[in-house]
Amino acid sequence: MSAVSRLPRVPLRGHPRRLALVLAGAGATGLLIALPLGAVFYYALRDGWRAYLGHLSAADTLHALGLSLLAAGVALPVNTAFGLAAAWAVAKFTFRGRRLLISLIELPLSISPIIIGVAYLFVFGMQGLLGPWLDACGVRLAFNVASIVIVTTIVTSPCVFREVLPLMLAQGVHEEQTAVILGAGGWQTFWRVTLPNVKWALVYGVCLSFARSLGEFGSVAVVSGSVRGETNTLTLQIDLLYHDRVQTAAFAVASVLTSIALVTLLVKTWVERRESSSSS
Amino acid sequence: MKRSLVLVTLWLAVSASVARAQTEILNASYDISRELFAEVNAAFVPAYKSSGGGDVSIKQSHGGSSRQARSVLEGLKADVVTFNQLNDVQLLADNGFVAKDWAARFPFNAAPYYSVHSILVRKGNPKGIRDWADLARPGVTIVQVNPKTGGNGRYAVLAYYAAGLQASGGDAAKARAFAKKILANVVVFESGGRTATSTFTEREIGDVLVTFEAETLGLARAPGAVFEVVTPSVSVLAEFPVAVVKKVAARRGTEAVARAYLDFLYTPAGQEIIARNHYRPRNAEVAARHADKLTPVKTVEVGPFFGGWEKVTKEFFDNGALVDVLLKEIAAERVN
Amino acid sequence: MPRPRVIPGLGLTLGTTLVFLALATLLPLGALVLKTAGLSWSQFWDYATDARALSTYRVTLVSAGIATSLNIVLGVLTAWILVRYEFPGRRLLDSAIDLPFALPTAVAGIALATLTVPRGPVGALFAPFDIKIAYAFPGIILAMTFTSLPFIVRTVQPVLADLEPQLEEAAAILGAGPVTTFRRVILPELAPAILAGATLSLVRSLGEFGAVVFIAGNLPFQTEISSLLVYIRMDEFDYVGAAALATVILAFALVVLVSMNVLQSRLYRRFHG
Repeated sequence: MSAVSRLPRVPLRGHPRRLALVLAGAGATGLLIALPLGAVFYYALRDGWRAYLGHLSAADTLHALGLSLLAAGVALPVNTAFGLAAAWAVAKFTFRGRRLLISLIELPLSISPIIIGVAYLFVFGMQGLLGPWLDACGVRLAFNVASIVIVTTIVTSPCVFREVLPLMLAQGVHEEQTAVILGAGGWQTFWRVTLPNVKWALVYGVCLSFARSLGEFGSVAVVSGSVRGETNTLTLQIDLLYHDRVQTAAFAVASVLTSIALVTLLVKTWVERRESSSSS
Repeated sequence: MKRSLVLVTLWLAVSASVARAQTEILNASYDISRELFAEVNAAFVPAYKSSGGGDVSIKQSHGGSSRQARSVLEGLKADVVTFNQLNDVQLLADNGFVAKDWAARFPFNAAPYYSVHSILVRKGNPKGIRDWADLARPGVTIVQVNPKTGGNGRYAVLAYYAAGLQASGGDAAKARAFAKKILANVVVFESGGRTATSTFTEREIGDVLVTFEAETLGLARAPGAVFEVVTPSVSVLAEFPVAVVKKVAARRGTEAVARAYLDFLYTPAGQEIIARNHYRPRNAEVAARHADKLTPVKTVEVGPFFGGWEKVTKEFFDNGALVDVLLKEIAAERVN
Repeated sequence: MPRPRVIPGLGLTLGTTLVFLALATLLPLGALVLKTAGLSWSQFWDYATDARALSTYRVTLVSAGIATSLNIVLGVLTAWILVRYEFPGRRLLDSAIDLPFALPTAVAGIALATLTVPRGPVGALFAPFDIKIAYAFPGIILAMTFTSLPFIVRTVQPVLADLEPQLEEAAAILGAGPVTTFRRVILPELAPAILAGATLSLVRSLGEFGAVVFIAGNLPFQTEISSLLVYIRMDEFDYVGAAALATVILAFALVVLVSMNVLQSRLYRRFHG
């Protein structure tokens, strides 16, 4: 998003008013971002490296990491496929109800995850619509690993879609039409024309989706049952440790998720550099 | 991508093999029993094996007692429940998850231990708190569990009310006003007992923490403690009921282990661990051994004093009942 | 003008989308609404508007509103300095803006709460003035401001970068000062982007849970947000009450989202023919 301005950027020297603006803006935003970030690592490392590594290698925490990776590992390919398909349908065609469809696709990221979790239980819980019937068939989809994976996938389903759609919309349909008229098939057009056009947005969307699914909290809290060493994800583990007597443990686990978030930002910055250098 | 798939497969394989190696039972419990059951489980596993029961592992889930009951109702596969109020087990019994006569299946109404509420203050008791009445003073700030979601919070509110009744010689209007004054001083309603504790101890919110004695004594007696316990003149007897979730255990074939696990809580070894964690044991010998630490306290019981949990729930804690009314009045007065 | 359907794949992609939506979103949300089907309208109304529910709507809406207003000021200012000025650390700041999107909200929640309790490093600065942040209303606003910070910066930035330099030059030649130029010339150009970003920010704040629940204190009638009350209603075994409340939240979010999408396409058409 480092947009190239039509106006050359102006230097600050000799312009006290501009300097004040920059100090105010960069100061406020910078602090708002840097303070929580710093706090996570400060509290994580307050008792030293040895304690830090001890917290991270605790059996329950490692298990939580595995579970979160599993949820993210399932959510990611599903959301990528879904996001690309949905963006293609919405961007390359016009049909009645398109706006509503976009809103529905984006809904899971726009309402409280608690609502998603509760709604999920209304279907798959034992007091829910299908829960008792599924249970009779021997299928359990509440308060276990499966339910965690499914709600994580639902909540993060719009991530890739959201990043890819604006680009697909902006690029219109001419290139695809040309490709088809020249004799390319549907898949060929998608792989050769559409995908290369949106690949960087896709990369960022995938990263964002990964970070979000690792960090999902509200919906997972509702459907997990928080069994230690079984259905506790990383965020639930943070919640649990935060309310225990050792605060540094919660922040140690939080620092893992924070590092992943920072890597996501690095990827994004890198992607944008590639993008602006390839377009100029 | 490939690497994460490999990781995931590996993790699945490992957890599957661990799960198959031995019998496993899940204990769904209230929030502050984390340390208690960590100790109980560590002692039970070898005891069960040496008694010829074989290998067993115990998983724990902790949360507000009522939330745990609902989770079991909705599919959490707990083999045993260890709650902090009777009506949470009753709910499971009403829905066929627990035997109808669950309270008769184990001694002492299926409650192997009990506790009372007490008040934790900061070192030196800077606000001079002696009893519940001091919590009603303006300027005292209180941290407690949300009475809508946790038994811990409900016992606290009942204790305020009981104290109000006793001070006024049984005047319900005065008891109501008394409870309202205390509730007006609550600055945080936490969802679980341990959440309330960490808010008070780690984030240093509030002048007092109202919670089970098991929690306050543990904090005040830890080495280098910066807290003191105030034992109030009257408290509500909190019995901690246990039950086998037969609907789950029968299907998983874990009924015998589940029962042995709960029986273990009544053994001298189990009772000793319970007392060590500052709960009040049923076993007279164990109780005698810890008598110096557990000060006698005057208690009232939910059954005889308040007319039972059903009545209490309807009058105090249901949607629109007394607690809601009081909190609404408090909020309205705060705005004006 | 009907577009000739040269491009293939509508059936496949739309089909996939609809099947996924039906299973992942419509089924659970349908079950939610169905749970309230047994209620008459007046019963539903009673559930949706009981005093505690009303107070959570107020808390959620007011704090989301304030957080969004703060973000408008902070977002436009940040976008402005990022686009117009060169200063040390500009690229770093530009990259860091997106952190709230990538950082799990629970992590943000515990970090912000620990910083702003009266004994925390930030809270201690405010404590002498008897200002409470964590476990009070400002805490909710702070959490919402943080989690929705990037929206306005990211919508305003490209528009600002795309502004014609002549506009400002003309204004300057006509004798307008920098403030007047900003207010009369630049702000109107930015308005659609600000509106779009503000809506996104508002929707996000209304739906925020993880960050808020750690810092709010969750006092009924004072610092309790709507989605937490849904959870509490569940724990009271009041399923119908939870469903009614959730339906209200859902309907509200859907209305805001649809009107935003319609508005955006209108604005897009107006500005791009």
